[in-house]
Amino acid sequence: MNQFKETFKEEAYELLGNLEDLLMEMEEHPEDPETIAAVFRSIHTIKGSASMFDYNGISGFTHSVESILDGVREGSMNVSKELIDLTLLSRDHITNMLNAEEDVTPEFQLVSEDIISKLNTLAGIKTEPLVPVSPSQVEDKKQKDTVFNTFRINFKPSPEIFMSGTNPLLLLKELKDFGECHVISHTSDIPSLDKYDPLSSYIRWEIVLVSDRNTDDIKDVFIFLDPSSVVEVSVVADWHDILNPGSGKKLGEILMEKGLIKREDLENVLDSRKKVGEVLVENGLVSSSDIKSALEEQHITKSLKQTMSDKSTTSIRVKSEKLDYLVDSVGELVTAQARLSQLALQFKQSSLISLAEQIERLTSDLRDNAMSLRMVPMGTTFSRFKRLVRDLSSSLDKRIQLVTLGGDTELDKNVIEKLNDPLVHIIRNSIDHGIEAPEDREKSGKPPCGTITLEADYSGANVILKIIDDGKGLDKNAIIRKAVEKGIVGPDSQLSDEEIFKLIFMPGFSTAAKVTNVSGRGVGMDVVKRQIDSLGGIISIESEQGMGTTFSLNLPLTLAIIEGLLVSISGEMYVFPLSSVQACIELTSREREDHGKKRMIEYRGSLIPYIRLREMFLDDSELPEREHIVIVQAENSLAGLVVDEVIGDHQTVIKNMGKLYKGLSYITGATILGDGSVAIILDVNRISALARKESL
Amino acid sequence: MKTIMIVDDSRTVRESLKFFLKEGGYNVLEGSDGREALDILVNTEADLVITDVNMPNLDGLGLIEELRKSANHKFTPILVLTTESQQSIMEKGKSLGATGWIVKPFDSEKVLAVVKKVIGE
Repeated sequence: MNQFKETFKEEAYELLGNLEDLLMEMEEHPEDPETIAAVFRSIHTIKGSASMFDYNGISGFTHSVESILDGVREGSMNVSKELIDLTLLSRDHITNMLNAEEDVTPEFQLVSEDIISKLNTLAGIKTEPLVPVSPSQVEDKKQKDTVFNTFRINFKPSPEIFMSGTNPLLLLKELKDFGECHVISHTSDIPSLDKYDPLSSYIRWEIVLVSDRNTDDIKDVFIFLDPSSVVEVSVVADWHDILNPGSGKKLGEILMEKGLIKREDLENVLDSRKKVGEVLVENGLVSSSDIKSALEEQHITKSLKQTMSDKSTTSIRVKSEKLDYLVDSVGELVTAQARLSQLALQFKQSSLISLAEQIERLTSDLRDNAMSLRMVPMGTTFSRFKRLVRDLSSSLDKRIQLVTLGGDTELDKNVIEKLNDPLVHIIRNSIDHGIEAPEDREKSGKPPCGTITLEADYSGANVILKIIDDGKGLDKNAIIRKAVEKGIVGPDSQLSDEEIFKLIFMPGFSTAAKVTNVSGRGVGMDVVKRQIDSLGGIISIESEQGMGTTFSLNLPLTLAIIEGLLVSISGEMYVFPLSSVQACIELTSREREDHGKKRMIEYRGSLIPYIRLREMFLDDSELPEREHIVIVQAENSLAGLVVDEVIGDHQTVIKNMGKLYKGLSYITGATILGDGSVAIILDVNRISALARKESL
Repeated sequence: MKTIMIVDDSRTVRESLKFFLKEGGYNVLEGSDGREALDILVNTEADLVITDVNMPNLDGLGLIEELRKSANHKFTPILVLTTESQQSIMEKGKSLGATGWIVKPFDSEKVLAVVKKVIGE
């Protein structure tokens, strides 16, 4: 937001300058509506922008001036010399507030009140105390209600709805995001073609929604709807109803509740001993779509009840190895299925293709399901750290509270297990080096009790985990000094904040002046980084001196399956994690000769180093005519890896290589391909580091 | 990519809206008052128009009326920029054919939520 603050100030000065001229003009032509409107507009614009940039003093004051000037615009107040004097005074006052660093001060407040009360007297309004317009409150989004209700929403757009640019389908889509949503369209009002007006809407929808939102949230979806459209929201079954046995409503009851039939109708029909719905339609009492929607509602309530009671009774404990085995097999199934789909396309036989498609759908369901079995909420891990924070802070005579957010965010069990050590390390660091002693905190105007926040949230296929402390922040100068001392960077290197913070991940880095037994010595942040890397995660730091430090870990949801790029080198198959692949480009033999010993290519305007994997694997047979360079991003810079051929993307189940191969660099694991052969998964980070080193 | 026309006489508002919308992946056109916007929109398609009310030459409400009368923007969604206190403006805009409104002051999240609401993603 702050980048617009300058634009705002510039514009405000312009407007204020303009306002002066306008007021002079108004004095000469007090009746000219154009001038009055322009004066009003200037004040209005300043008010609007000021409130966006937290100039609360200015926005509060201009708000009051604006409402008085509104009287002039509407003709209930005359332009007088006094009014112009006061408006000019207001203009100067706004300029002063804009010039000052802080626009909410007792002095300014006094002047504001004085001017406003004079303006009010002039307008004949009783003075009210001036309240600064506060910036819009940020609501706590994390607050979650886990009470599910079933809503029935009756939505009948007015025939003219399209004329206001509203697309009713988008509203239905918005509702769909709220939970389980079933939409029934009532099309009986659509007229025959000769009477049909394509500019009008004839459809009515009935939506049954199971959601943890409340009625107001749902009504908010329709906030822009014109008054002649109908929206009725009612709760058909709340949490208690659903859990209460025998509470399911009969079809007749639902129809009565909706006011579609009367009790007598129902009783008559019940006497006839046929299916209620059929008879009601036969007798023309209700339409078949009404019956359909009532049945739908009945069905949803029932199935919800089913899931709820299932939850309360059945949950079984399974050994985690069994789950791992299941996930492994499913992973292999995914690979085999991919091969099947490919073959089916080759054979071009429609029955085989449709079977392959069916298996593809089933496999992907199965995969999602199997994966979800291993997902565990972060909450349990979070609560473990409460103790750590408590014990450590008291041993260091610090006061620290731990706040956790998003504990219901789920991650693969295996990822969570491997996260424990790095998290302990980061939190220890925050307690030890980040949060200051209570007396130091009070001196810098902070509450004596420090806060460490653990926050987890989804972001696409990843989970972002943040460790936030409100301590003293990283000392950039100390980091640079230390790095120069250790010979990690040269004394004159120009580094961005990000690059400086990254230095603490270098091996053997520790800035604490005093070594305490909490964060200790030896194991540094470099270990943390390596652990996060091995999870396929990314760690980054934001820090502001005096305000605190935030560590963000961007982690994949699962370790078991990755999207990979399958390539071949010397007749063998290899896999790169697709997430680090940026592009694939060709390398012809001519280009190869042109480059000679210089292993650099131009990609999007910059030169990047490349490395030939064939050579790395000590294959000195003749090079193919055409090679391919896979451009990968690792550690925020690009490198090229030369392979013989790029096969395509491939869902990969990662298998460990076993103890014998533990010492191998450049390899993170292996995977089994659809035809049963083995492909090695390459460690892109290490190989590209090697490429960069060799290019120097 | 969807195109959004911003109409406001305040450069600050235009600049910040433009920034938010571009971040949100939209293409942005600008007009500093109703007349200028209308001149552009006559020959240009837009998926959404966001307009201030109080502007010189042709104000926001006038712009809505003109667009609804035009051949190519009869159904284009239009959002009105208002402040909390202008309930009557919201209703007036609505009756002239506006789709909805954005209440000032706004931030990126608010703007993108309302835009998504009226034109989808």
